[in-house]
Amino acid sequence: MPMNAAEIETMITEALPDAKVEIRDLAGDGDHYAAVVVSEAFRGKSRVQQHQMVYDALQGKMGGTLHALALQTSAPAAS
Amino acid sequence: MTDAATTIDTTVKANDVVLFMKGTKQFPQCGFSGQVVQILEYVGIDYTDVNVLEDMDIREGIKSYSNWPTIPQLYIKGEFVGGCDIVREMFQEGELQQMLADKGIPAKSPQSAG
Repeated sequence: MPMNAAEIETMITEALPDAKVEIRDLAGDGDHYAAVVVSEAFRGKSRVQQHQMVYDALQGKMGGTLHALALQTSAPAAS
Repeated sequence: MTDAATTIDTTVKANDVVLFMKGTKQFPQCGFSGQVVQILEYVGIDYTDVNVLEDMDIREGIKSYSNWPTIPQLYIKGEFVGGCDIVREMFQEGELQQMLADKGIPAKSPQSAG
């Protein structure tokens, strides 16, 4: 069962409450998305760790229900 | 450790650069795997390709080995570097080339973009 953008955003923000999430549907088929996620929780973490945090938030959907999620993650720019 | 995990562990430790991918470097069978192949070919280094489509145990085993849910997966000197997004981002930032140089794996310096 494909996922919609809102579901993905909700799952991410539930795990990362401060996260700013932008999701683009790449193919209109419910399983190819691109997401930009900005959260303080990423600060000091490697890219792999940051992406793993997002995958954990998606509770196993990644690679199964969700075939492709092109991810860009970062901590907020220092103000 | 399962047989698959042992095979994976041995492979990533025995080869400087290993790409677990769908298809082969000659015939990638997935856009994301193909992108990483293009990057590695452009950077000009030798690497071992492992076609996960030929062995379901490896295809699933690699995901738990690295705690990473998707394919492709790039390993340099036994260390998981990332999937397609991360390898592309590192390449664009020049970090991939620097990491290879730091680990004594010679890579051509990227020509300036056309």
